[in-house]
Amino acid sequence: MTPTTNKEPMEMATAGSGPERDERLDRKPGVAERGTGHSITIRGLSAYYGDQHAVRGLDLDFRAGEVTAIIGPSGCGKSTMIRCLNRMHEEVPGARAEGRVLLDGLDLYAPEVDVTAVRRRIGMVFQKPNPFPTMSVFDNVAAGLRLTGTKGEDLRERVHRALRAVGLWNEVKHRLNRPGVGLSGGQQQRLCIARAIAVEPSVILMDEPCSALDPVATLKVEELIDELKDRYTIVIVTHNMQQAARVSNSTAYMLDGQLVEHAPTAEIFTNPRDHRTERYVTGKFG
Amino acid sequence: MSVTFTLSPVSSRRRRTDRAMWGVLLALTVLALIPLVLIVYYLLRKGLGAWSPSFFTTDPTGSFFGDPGGIRSAILGSLEIVALASIIAVPIGIGVALYLTEYGRGSWFAGSVRYFVDVMTGVPSIVFGLFVYIVLVTSHIGGNFAAWKGAVALALLMLPIVARSAEVALLLVPNGLREAALALGAPRWRMLLRVVLPTAAPGLLTGSLLAVARAMGETAPLLFTVTFALGATANLGQPMNTLPYMVFTDIQSPRAAIVQIAWGAGLTLVALVLILNLLARAIERRSHMA
Repeated sequence: MTPTTNKEPMEMATAGSGPERDERLDRKPGVAERGTGHSITIRGLSAYYGDQHAVRGLDLDFRAGEVTAIIGPSGCGKSTMIRCLNRMHEEVPGARAEGRVLLDGLDLYAPEVDVTAVRRRIGMVFQKPNPFPTMSVFDNVAAGLRLTGTKGEDLRERVHRALRAVGLWNEVKHRLNRPGVGLSGGQQQRLCIARAIAVEPSVILMDEPCSALDPVATLKVEELIDELKDRYTIVIVTHNMQQAARVSNSTAYMLDGQLVEHAPTAEIFTNPRDHRTERYVTGKFG
Repeated sequence: MSVTFTLSPVSSRRRRTDRAMWGVLLALTVLALIPLVLIVYYLLRKGLGAWSPSFFTTDPTGSFFGDPGGIRSAILGSLEIVALASIIAVPIGIGVALYLTEYGRGSWFAGSVRYFVDVMTGVPSIVFGLFVYIVLVTSHIGGNFAAWKGAVALALLMLPIVARSAEVALLLVPNGLREAALALGAPRWRMLLRVVLPTAAPGLLTGSLLAVARAMGETAPLLFTVTFALGATANLGQPMNTLPYMVFTDIQSPRAAIVQIAWGAGLTLVALVLILNLLARAIERRSHMA
């Protein structure tokens, strides 16, 4: 763990409020550990944009085969945090991160780790649907697979499977060669999810995946998340607390780059331990 | 409910000002169009008469009193030289733009490169000709005057135009697409090759064509690098005939038939650039449909 050197007054004030590891998250006896998916563990994560300290010494666990929602007011560092998980944060000029992010115990920030390998294991869906405009529906989904040299019948089969998995198959099967940007916004976002799952990652990160979608499209994506959680570990950043309540198993509340509380979703929304969480989920703040 | 406010009508003064400004802007637009229309009009009126099948299929004879011949060698020469110049300038120019937008963002080196590219855009074309004359012609590298030396001068002229327009085209590619490709685990070079360049392709093509059109009509860089030849040749190591050079020499002739050839060559030059433009657009559209 990398110790945070500059202890600021605010950080001191909040230190000790809320346990490091919430025992409410411990599995109840009799609930079997899921066989699929992989877990992510964050220890002492700090992220910076130049001098700006966006994430301040965060510890957080994302359990295998579960959906974890990250909520918090704008600018609390939740998007920065999620972008640290697949090392996309460092793509921003002047940005850097320290601390450890472990995928099943493997440190993603170890110096010998190939960043492209990390991103193939941990897929990402962005806020705005971003299909590649020069590519067809098929090629969009195939884009990631082609990186690893998948070809021919195998490629076709995987693309079709991914499109079926996101419920897009019946809508696009007759227009696989048409441009991906010709689809509606909701379809485009599901296409992007198909693109992410086609390479069969261990974890899928979603950074406000529904904020650019209408309610019907949002519902479809939420249903999709519910189906996908059996096979993937999902981390979703959302501004929409109802959405967090609907789709997630556990919810983490972040404030000023720090974790305030991480507990089963039902507890966060009905019986939060921290008064700041309560103020946020009841709409009195943020 | 009582109305506590009024919606005042547009004052007659504002209406008058609006009319006047509308008129001024329209007049300026028409004024700008006049030279363009006149150029096309004169080109067609004076040049079209020179056009005939033999005009495009025979080389100039150089004879003053007899049959002056056609412009075949000039068309071929211009196409050859500009093609070579494009082969040199377009990849380098796009490479510079890729460096500026994708790798050197915000670095002082990229900043100064951008500045000097801008300075290069303003360098008069004859200076590029002079430079190549001094460096390549007077030094007798590969003979005296040669077509490829003219292509180098034109490439120098095209480079900043390609680089600057390519930079604009690349900056228009949404960052979300770069992130999407990187998030799939694509290495940077692959992201550029598969996503950024294809997305920017229409802009890159337009910018390159702009440079091609510009180079096609330049005379000054060819004057003392390529000079002139009557016959058509595919040998880039020799002097060559070119359209702008032919216009330049023939228009000074006291004989009307030769002056008309200059007009015909000028019209051909404009038509050639137009055809190249339409061709590139058609190719671009087709590749987008697929």
